[in-house]
Amino acid sequence: MRAFRVLSRNIRDSFKSVFRNFSLSLASISCIAITLIVVAVAIILTYNVNNFATLVEKDVTIVAFLDVDITEEETKMVEEEIKKLDNIENYVYRSKTDITEEMMDSSDIFGSIMSEWKEEENPLQATFQVKVIDIDTIGDIANQIKGINHVDVVKYGEGMVEQLVSVFDSIKNVSLIVVIALILVTAFLISNTIKITIFSRRREIEIMRLVGASNINIKIPFILEGLVLGIIGSILPVVITIYGYVAIYNKFGGKLFTQIIQLIKPEPFIYLVAIALVTIGMIVGMFGSWRAVKKHLKI
Amino acid sequence: MNLIRMKGVNKQYKNGVTAIYDLDLTIEKGDFVFIIGSTGCGKSTLIKMLYREEKPTSGKIIVGGLDVAKLRNGKVYKLRRKLGVVFQDFKLLSKLTVYENVAFALEVFGLPKSEIHEKVLKVLDLVGLKNKAKHYPTELSGGEQQRVAIARAIVNGPKLLICDEPTGNLDEATSMEIMKVLEEINKLGTTIIMVTHDTNIVSLMKKRVILLDAGRILKDYEKGTYTHEGI
Repeated sequence: MRAFRVLSRNIRDSFKSVFRNFSLSLASISCIAITLIVVAVAIILTYNVNNFATLVEKDVTIVAFLDVDITEEETKMVEEEIKKLDNIENYVYRSKTDITEEMMDSSDIFGSIMSEWKEEENPLQATFQVKVIDIDTIGDIANQIKGINHVDVVKYGEGMVEQLVSVFDSIKNVSLIVVIALILVTAFLISNTIKITIFSRRREIEIMRLVGASNINIKIPFILEGLVLGIIGSILPVVITIYGYVAIYNKFGGKLFTQIIQLIKPEPFIYLVAIALVTIGMIVGMFGSWRAVKKHLKI
Repeated sequence: MNLIRMKGVNKQYKNGVTAIYDLDLTIEKGDFVFIIGSTGCGKSTLIKMLYREEKPTSGKIIVGGLDVAKLRNGKVYKLRRKLGVVFQDFKLLSKLTVYENVAFALEVFGLPKSEIHEKVLKVLDLVGLKNKAKHYPTELSGGEQQRVAIARAIVNGPKLLICDEPTGNLDEATSMEIMKVLEEINKLGTTIIMVTHDTNIVSLMKKRVILLDAGRILKDYEKGTYTHEGI
């Protein structure tokens, strides 16, 4: 009960202090808000890119076109070779007939033309469609497949996939660096705010010590003040993130620029981001004030 | 019973100045003791060591059963809760009312409001300031401000009240008022140690007097034996 009363007094005091030095607090709150908005953008971007990359990676397939005149036996040999390769999730064999039927089903024009083909006239090539486990190895595996006898051509969207992966990686890295730098600047600013609060309350601290307040009792209000700054600073970013993301998602119908780039559904994703923002705000606020207390509050 | 026991206490500051030399001193519970001496004789250092603002370089200091010299920084509050300190410059918070200034000392312990209210009014009554509870320190005279400071120092019911030149900023008549308040508190059982320059007050009060000189006890006057001419 006693601890609860002390804590409630400390919370009251930390709110009071935030408003007592309002111009200073406002600077810290704005800085936290800006940082958290950038953090939110970075989180949303990274998760969407990851989501997209996973979708793309799942979809990327190596298609090995076999010689037009390949025999059944030779096909079996190719299959044996593919089986031997490492890092392959699965493969599907599609014969000339499978492909022809599929194409005929897909369009009436194809259907009418292809129905007149005889078996030996069919220009389509049988294929093995190979999915790899790790997308980074796709180039190597494609080359290995190309080296197999009776494999005519290998396609997997060469270049495009690698480029996409490297662009995603750079986006992730740059946003990570920006976020870390901003968090450090914010922590420093909060630390400065708390430092000034400590100096402005020197007399109060001195009297608290004299009347027998324990060290923790003296320090907690300042740490809490950082926490309060963090929480207040995260309100605006949370609102912007939730409404902003939902608005963007609805405006683009869940897809960005092209049909391939699918955005993550707002729920529950956006609430998790909001929780992350408040948590980061609180941690940065407390860390900043803890640093100031450690450095400037000598008891 | 001894409230304070100092044995072989030395205090040397980091700049090399030695303020206290091999000092032995005991003070009984319920005593009223003056510590006098010229500027720089070590009076302030002596009492600062009692409330652990300074640490002795060597020697033993026991206050209310606590070994002050061995007390770690994080545990100093345990000592401070057993004593009250009053200063020449009052050390009041100007943004708080008289009532709030006194209540401040209890709030940090997390006492319930009703208990704080009762204790603060009781102690303000004792120092004769019940009717000024809602005033701010700046609206009070020097003597009244010092009485607020005393009220704050004793509101927690300490066994020991340490006064560092409490009348230093006050005229003679006001000083005597403060002394009356202190005597009243002493009668209620609180041990009082007071550092002062004002030998007139010391003569009039007829209490035990410890005369310090260059960090040593030059003379320890029994109760009532000190006269102004004694120096």
